[in-house]
Amino acid sequence: MLGSLRSVALTAARRAAATPTAASAASAGRYGALRSMSSDTATFDLTGSFEMYNIDSAPENSIEMSKEELMGHFEMMYTMRRMEITCDNEYKAKNIRGFCHLYDGQEAVATGINAAFEPEDDWITSYRCHCIALLRGGTIKEIVGELFGLSCGMSQAKGGSMHFYNKAGHFWGGAGIVGAQVPLGTGLAFANKYAVKPGEPMNVAIGCYGDGAANQGQIWESANMASLWKLPMIFCIENNQYGMGTSIDRHSSHSDYYKMGNHIPGIRIDGMNVLAVKKGMEFVREFASTGNGP
Amino acid sequence: GFANKTKMNLFTAINSAMQTALETDPSTVIFGEDVGFGGVFRCSTGLRDQFGSDRVFNTPLSETGIAGFAIGYAAQGGTSVAEIQFADYIFPALDQLVNEMSKFRYRSGNQWNCGGVTVRTPVGAVGHGGHYHSQSPEAYLAHTPGLVVVMPRGPRAAKGLLLSSIRSKDPVIFMEPKALYRASVEDVPDDDYMIPLGKAEILRSGSDVTVVGWGGQLRILQKACDMAQSEHGISCELIDLRTILPWDVDCVVDSTEKTGKLVVSHEAPITCGFGAEVVATVQERSFLSLEAPIQRVCGYDTPFPLVFEKYYIPDELKNLEAIKKVVDYAQ
Repeated sequence: MLGSLRSVALTAARRAAATPTAASAASAGRYGALRSMSSDTATFDLTGSFEMYNIDSAPENSIEMSKEELMGHFEMMYTMRRMEITCDNEYKAKNIRGFCHLYDGQEAVATGINAAFEPEDDWITSYRCHCIALLRGGTIKEIVGELFGLSCGMSQAKGGSMHFYNKAGHFWGGAGIVGAQVPLGTGLAFANKYAVKPGEPMNVAIGCYGDGAANQGQIWESANMASLWKLPMIFCIENNQYGMGTSIDRHSSHSDYYKMGNHIPGIRIDGMNVLAVKKGMEFVREFASTGNGP
Repeated sequence: GFANKTKMNLFTAINSAMQTALETDPSTVIFGEDVGFGGVFRCSTGLRDQFGSDRVFNTPLSETGIAGFAIGYAAQGGTSVAEIQFADYIFPALDQLVNEMSKFRYRSGNQWNCGGVTVRTPVGAVGHGGHYHSQSPEAYLAHTPGLVVVMPRGPRAAKGLLLSSIRSKDPVIFMEPKALYRASVEDVPDDDYMIPLGKAEILRSGSDVTVVGWGGQLRILQKACDMAQSEHGISCELIDLRTILPWDVDCVVDSTEKTGKLVVSHEAPITCGFGAEVVATVQERSFLSLEAPIQRVCGYDTPFPLVFEKYYIPDELKNLEAIKKVVDYAQ
């Protein structure tokens, strides 16, 4: 399945405004009229969060969440935000050398995907990987330590910002070459299918990449293979509207990425809403893990 | 000598060469990722404003496409200057470079050629580039008959070599040492001038040891030669190959036959680095003139490290050791 999550690149002004107060005010508006959290669960309306391509079914338009789950997601996303802003400051102060591609603004995407996934599902992504490293068993010390070039870093400082890996967390990195992670992810999906008994649900593999990477030929080679062999592979485009420094309308002739799989079904999910991402990715995971192909 | 010179750094000198190319050949087009606004290293600053977006434009993130597209345009007689944003990204394009670009003239029996192609790409260590922003892949490309591979050591060489490369009748891969883009500043002629391809340059004459390098490595080798002279009274002859393929065999052979000792140094990993080619050829041509085994001072056979870069680099101290080693051996 081809998933496209639309994020808005965060400007410096919005970063400055991203205090807890602003965040909670925004969330009350985004998640609908939410009067109180006095009960243990609440239901949220997700109408308008999904667009489907070449598939008749769709995720439900509402989701029930417990207070614990919501607080967990908020804590994780807020931690990610503080971590990335700190890295930004340290990078500008030249305490972090090398490269530093930040994920602030896109926290809901990774958090929602992880909420929908099993721990044994395989995840591979681009160089914009700090927050996914955190989700998949990493600690802040390991992540920031790697960026500072310390031996406590997740890769013992061998790689830096673009090269986090966690075998126990089924997190395959962390890739410096744009798009190269996608054929790898397809191979991971193949291994998952190969290892499972026929008829049993498979662990999925998700390959995340950006709108800039979506023009890499190797992605289409992988999509063809995944479809041909009905692999439990999810192609996930995190659309932040820029390929390096070139905006989307100047690097892509076709930017409805969720439709680019040709006959491969696609879904566009509102990537700024963690609940929509969770619901949408549960649907996607169910599809891909039960033998329907990518 | 040239009348008018300006102090330029490497990216300004490259910009000057491209501007000259655009002015003198109306079929010249410049393209690559982000070149429109000036490029990530500012080499194409101002060119789109001056010459228009139909001649200076961005491509999508598609290296294979960029290379193939450059070949096709050149095959129809155009001059294409294609940028690969970092040489570490040249590998998806390797099939186009090796299987299409290098063989285009030969396979068509000279009906067509793509000599109008120049592929520009930043190479080399930069202090913090890590695995995928530091590589020097000249050895992969030098293993391809039909290509020309050029690497300037500074701004003055860069402008002349780039103009020669763009105007060459053969497809050229022009490798720019990225650490020098801002750091290296020289007097560069304002005029249109070309430096011949396939010819090395002797940077300092000497009698005891021949030292050979290319690109950013020459700065390190100059320091090593200075130290060899001042601390040990060793007189080094330092050669900049300038063109890796085809390389100036006679220049290196003549020098080695004079000194009897050779040290070759490059940043890329030692096994199958281009130094191996130099060593093999020199020992074949000048075996009886050699007074010591030829030394190679190169990067280690590992992925290019991040925080360990200082230990990886073949610096002036390692080169000084090699120079002393051959001198001591010969005594």
